[in-house]
Amino acid sequence: MAGTTMSDPVSKSTLTHIQRLEAEAIHIMREVVAEATNPVMLYSVGKDSAVMLHLARKAFYPSPPPFPLLHVDTTWKFKAMYELRERMAKESGMELLVHQNPEAAERGINPFDHGPLHTDMWKTEGLKQALDKWGFDAAFGGARRDEEKSRAKERIFSFRTASHGWDPKNQRPELWNIYNARKNKGESIRVFPISNWTELDIWQYIRLNDVPIVPLYFAAKRPTFEWEGGLFMADDLPRLEKVLGYRPEITERSIRFRTLGCFPLTGAVESNATTLNEVIQETLLTTTSERQGRVIDKDAGGAGMEVKKQQGYF
Amino acid sequence: MTDPVYITEALIAEDIEAYLNLHQHKSMLRFITCGSVDDGKSTLIGRLLYDSKMIFEDQLAALENDSKKVGTQGQEIDFALLVDGLAAEREQGITIDVAYRFFSTEKRKFIVADCPGHEQYTRNMVTGASTADLAVILIDARKGVLTQTRRHSYLAHLIGIRHIVLAVNKMDLIGYDQAKYDAIVADYAAFAASIGIEQFTAMPISGFKGDNITAPSENTPWYSGPTLMGHLESVEVNTAAEAAGEFRMPVQWVNRPNLDFRGFSGLISNGTVRKGDAVRVLPSGKTSVVTRIVTLDGDLEEAVAGQSVTLCLADEIDCSRGDVLAAADAPPQVADQFEASLVWMADEPLVPGRAYWLKLASQTVSVTVSQPKCTINVNTMERLAAKTLELNAIGLAEITTDRAIVFEPYADSRTLGGFILIDKISNATVAAGMLNFSLRRAQNVHWQALDVTREAHARLKGQSPAVLWFTGLSGSGKSTIANLVEKKLHALGKHTFLLDGDNVRHGLNKDLGFTEADRIENIRRVGEVAKLMTDAGLIVLTAFISPFRAEREIVRAMLPEGEFFEVFIDTPLEEAERRDVKGLYKKARSGALKNFTGIDSPYEAPEKPEIRVDTMRETPEEAAERIVALIIGDWMPVI
Repeated sequence: MAGTTMSDPVSKSTLTHIQRLEAEAIHIMREVVAEATNPVMLYSVGKDSAVMLHLARKAFYPSPPPFPLLHVDTTWKFKAMYELRERMAKESGMELLVHQNPEAAERGINPFDHGPLHTDMWKTEGLKQALDKWGFDAAFGGARRDEEKSRAKERIFSFRTASHGWDPKNQRPELWNIYNARKNKGESIRVFPISNWTELDIWQYIRLNDVPIVPLYFAAKRPTFEWEGGLFMADDLPRLEKVLGYRPEITERSIRFRTLGCFPLTGAVESNATTLNEVIQETLLTTTSERQGRVIDKDAGGAGMEVKKQQGYF
Repeated sequence: MTDPVYITEALIAEDIEAYLNLHQHKSMLRFITCGSVDDGKSTLIGRLLYDSKMIFEDQLAALENDSKKVGTQGQEIDFALLVDGLAAEREQGITIDVAYRFFSTEKRKFIVADCPGHEQYTRNMVTGASTADLAVILIDARKGVLTQTRRHSYLAHLIGIRHIVLAVNKMDLIGYDQAKYDAIVADYAAFAASIGIEQFTAMPISGFKGDNITAPSENTPWYSGPTLMGHLESVEVNTAAEAAGEFRMPVQWVNRPNLDFRGFSGLISNGTVRKGDAVRVLPSGKTSVVTRIVTLDGDLEEAVAGQSVTLCLADEIDCSRGDVLAAADAPPQVADQFEASLVWMADEPLVPGRAYWLKLASQTVSVTVSQPKCTINVNTMERLAAKTLELNAIGLAEITTDRAIVFEPYADSRTLGGFILIDKISNATVAAGMLNFSLRRAQNVHWQALDVTREAHARLKGQSPAVLWFTGLSGSGKSTIANLVEKKLHALGKHTFLLDGDNVRHGLNKDLGFTEADRIENIRRVGEVAKLMTDAGLIVLTAFISPFRAEREIVRAMLPEGEFFEVFIDTPLEEAERRDVKGLYKKARSGALKNFTGIDSPYEAPEKPEIRVDTMRETPEEAAERIVALIIGDWMPVI
């Protein structure tokens, strides 16, 4: 236990950057709850989601956060992620909504056979379906501006048309900490309270607040296989075998994950970092940027994420 | 390399715990870089990221690759490619929007707002500057102080940035010539003084070569001031200044999980609050005492500017979102009329007299903006007369709010003096503003509490009050149909009143003409009169062209939900012109009548009227029957 940000002694002139980032995120969450009719928090069970959930609990304490958690599920997440998801929903006292795109399920969309279509159907389409289904007019997301170039320009309150489109050329100016949450019927906003956080800030916050995260972030001996030049974890071997059409060669390796998505899309790294400090140390000394492990950014050349977002991906 | 930024890597490897403890206590500085691509702005930011080791190897590989393909630096690394984000911008080689970048050194975390430099992006720069503690004004050493330097400096000063850095860039291209540098600084100093910038820090740099960025450059032995990074690491941040003021906290949300707990949540904008402090709720002026400062991690004894907290008070006093909690003996002011500086941010220009939403901290109120007193030419600082404000224009205007708000002059508080204006129809953010001072104290005009309520008036008449708002082109048949509807309602024993456009203009509104502003005021007055009449229990029919959607929506907003019926008399322009009952279209076509709706002034048709009458398919009699049936049948229960 390394202490908490809030109970640290505060000297007048020096709120730390972590304290300021926390206060900013809390302010943003409260603005949304005060002005939106039906907000929701997107919850992907990754470390950024974990921090978002913790911030929400701080923002509204002693009330539970006055909105549900929404997991847009692809059915291809790691088992450990599903376990943490259930536990956190229970601990926070929040309602957990899970949506799986029925069309993707019916067509058996999977990351091996369908490549980018997998993300499009399960995540992009799934998200739109879920927002429409429950009529949410504001959705919190854990995207950060340091992750990717087009995100560096997205607003904290990011306006979406009734068809969930994002127009990067026509964003509302965002001044001071005044957020314009007004919209017409059918339109919605995506809200990114941790826009100004970096990956290191996320780790620092997890460390300072003992935020529970999926154990896969820590190194352990796990069954792995190699596929298209990357190292992956065999989280559900029978299912893998069925989709791949063959039994991959499984090797036990000490691995961990820098980001968590669908297990066949998320590359593992060989590592011996078993404690939070070691993970942070490894992260800081590493030579590849965070999203490198994910396949999604590489589609469509340099503009991968920008195109996805215009289509409604988070 | 002995740059301080590189020491961190060794510390991370040797003692991660020590490193994390160090990093955890860093402060945060937000700054803005102003200049155009030509000044090497993106290159400078790329250099700062590079020198603070914020670029990973894979990004570096991609960068080297891109530099060769689309770079502008030959075979050398083009740092600018690191920071120009959107695909369109990469192709055009310009920075359109504000992009935020992050890097940190041993002492601080930095957030850089990278803003475009051209005049058509004034709004973007103002946006980036609004959260900045410091501005780096870039000058190309070969060109010296340019018009855009003056513009950027003026905007940075306008938005209240206290720390200005004059970075004379591309020193390598003038052979690190001290005399040229000194001349540029002297030139800038004269200008800065003329617009009220009291101090600035000048430094000779090269973003491309790295001179005076993280280490003093050997090429400028004559310069003994700080490096850019050294300066960024040591200037005082805004929250430090804010913490020194009197306590202020705009209430965002009332936290009420059960009957035993009632807390007020907000971000402290100024000062310090301690348990036991006396506080005042504004605008009501009621006082109480802070009993708890609640957080998930346990109660605090005190909290300072920049922290988000929840406060509990000793008394059950009225306090809700939009109110401000303040030091009891030094409260902020309350007023409803101001002089404000405005930066117009929308393609559609300001319409003086039209109602906009104003959002200031957690207060949202309806406001009108006067015709501007002047606009400011951001290149010459000249004040010019103006009738409106166009995109990127900066001006001074009077603002009147529909109820008193809690405020402080922007110079004293960014939080309680900075605001945005929102268009009521499109919901776009159309302007940023800064309150300079109040024009008068809000007078204590309290609503007279009436014993005979509007419900009582209506009950006596055996009807529910309503406004039937007929809108449509001149000659569409509004008055004709409204007249028929009134006759029928009257015959049914309903108490009605018809407000007709032409008649009102002979009396109540005879001082108004037909300009856009006057048309807006015309409708506002009619709306207010109609509202008073519904308070008296009447069913009011109005027949006005009322061409603007925004004004009709304002009248709708004045009335209780369900009492406003927009009746769209839909007659095509050709048909109305063909009928030309009053001969007005002929006059308008000949130019004898100006600002005539449908000819040289627009008509914005209702999007979702409660009732639409297509006069090409329905006679006035049929339409009136239908309207009455709709009103009586569907809606008019006798209360």
